[in-house]
Amino acid sequence: MRGRVFAKRLLFILGLPIVLVVVWWFVSAATQNVLWPSLGKILSVFPQTWFQGRLEDDVLPSLLRLLGGYFIALVIGVVLGVVIGMSRTVRGILEPVLEFLRAVPPPVLIPIIMLFAGIGEEMKLTVIALGCMWPVLLNTVEGVRGLDEVLKDTGRSYQLRPMTRLFRLVLPGASPQIAAGARQALAIGVILMVIAEMFASSEGIGFDIVQFQQSFAIPQMWTGIIILGILGIALSLIFQLIEYFWLAWYRGLRQSQREG
Amino acid sequence: MLDVKHVRKIYQSRTNAVEAIRDLDFTVRAGELVCIVGPSGAGKTTLLRCIAGLLNTTSGEIVLDGKKVTGPPRGMAIVFQEYGRSLFPWMTVRQNVELPLKEKGVPKADRQRLIDEALSAVGLTDSQNAHPWQLSGGMQQRVAIARAVAYEPQILLMDEPFAAVDAQTRAELEDLVRTLWRRLGVTVLFVTHDIDESVYLGERVLVLSNRPTVILESVEIDLPSPRDQLETRSSPHFAELRSHVYELIQKAKKGYRPGGETA
Repeated sequence: MRGRVFAKRLLFILGLPIVLVVVWWFVSAATQNVLWPSLGKILSVFPQTWFQGRLEDDVLPSLLRLLGGYFIALVIGVVLGVVIGMSRTVRGILEPVLEFLRAVPPPVLIPIIMLFAGIGEEMKLTVIALGCMWPVLLNTVEGVRGLDEVLKDTGRSYQLRPMTRLFRLVLPGASPQIAAGARQALAIGVILMVIAEMFASSEGIGFDIVQFQQSFAIPQMWTGIIILGILGIALSLIFQLIEYFWLAWYRGLRQSQREG
Repeated sequence: MLDVKHVRKIYQSRTNAVEAIRDLDFTVRAGELVCIVGPSGAGKTTLLRCIAGLLNTTSGEIVLDGKKVTGPPRGMAIVFQEYGRSLFPWMTVRQNVELPLKEKGVPKADRQRLIDEALSAVGLTDSQNAHPWQLSGGMQQRVAIARAVAYEPQILLMDEPFAAVDAQTRAELEDLVRTLWRRLGVTVLFVTHDIDESVYLGERVLVLSNRPTVILESVEIDLPSPRDQLETRSSPHFAELRSHVYELIQKAKKGYRPGGETA
């Protein structure tokens, strides 16, 4: 019974992707269009394109700079978010500025950041970190601000020290929101990583895609896009796995509230 | 033990001021179990939050053990009505009880003993590794009580703690509070809107007027201990006391105030 439920879920998850791939395969099979090569053609160049050095030379550096920028964003976003969320005064002063900065699309910062951070690794890390920071920061502020009043009173009446309050009350209490921000940030991070690499880089997946495009290696270009897709899915799965264990209490709480 | 001296509380907003408490003046002796009962909206919770140091008074002062209350005082524990919101959902039952003890600097061995005792006193030894949301409402409130008891407070404040649990659980929890009070000798201030509950639990019942709040009467409850849900509640004297408090509350609802004063 359990196996059947699992099989059904698997079918739901994989059903549509499989159908789409099959459709893509047959529709593109007889194509003569150079820009839209057949899926068979794309897959046939895939191994030689990626498994002969590019995994270490391009995919790995992309991944490292993505994760680097992402973690910088997490730390800064959560720290600033807690400070802003805990103080009404700080929030009042910073909110208009934050609203403006958030409204600026991060990719437009690339040319500006290039001016002072050059075209090296610092620039790419800065771009990714800056873009990823906003969802983390704003969600942390909301999470901290939305902490339950009764819970805060409980912490006060039991004389929790500031550090205990932070690590045992504020951060866990805001963690569902922080996780929501972190999830958005991850998607933004992938986008910014690619754009930063397309702008100014000598390696990375974004660089490769532009290279292939400029040298009319169209099937290879398509493989780069597939690689990006796979990377996105893999990161999202890892994220969900971490969230699954980290926020197990929150899932349980929500479920008990629905049933109650 | 606890002196509430001419406390007044006015909620001030930009457009208007609401006088929640006019003048409350009473003393709770060490080891006493006092219930505060009043019509809804009588500022019971406001008063409790002032005593807990979670809210400032507009004038007057609250003195606990000779020290003026300006923030949450040491040696005080509160059990809130909203049990589901006062427990840390990311911690197990045991961790919830343990956290305040850790903060208080209780050594580990003592801590374990206090937690074990408190959990067994409220009958939750078997659920200590569950999370609060896995328990029923009544059990969650037991966790909050265990946490308060393990903390070994000198004074325990309870803000309508059983208003949101079912009637049977409520009777059990009332007896639990009486038992713990008798065993530990802790001072208990119990706020409720339930007249029967106040008479059944208290050694004394403070009846509040409607807003702006003053004390209508302090009723001594000279019912024998230990109290029993059947025997005590069916005794003629319980009925007398209950009617007396009931009448006071009815008067309070109609706006009666002591000394012919008007709101």
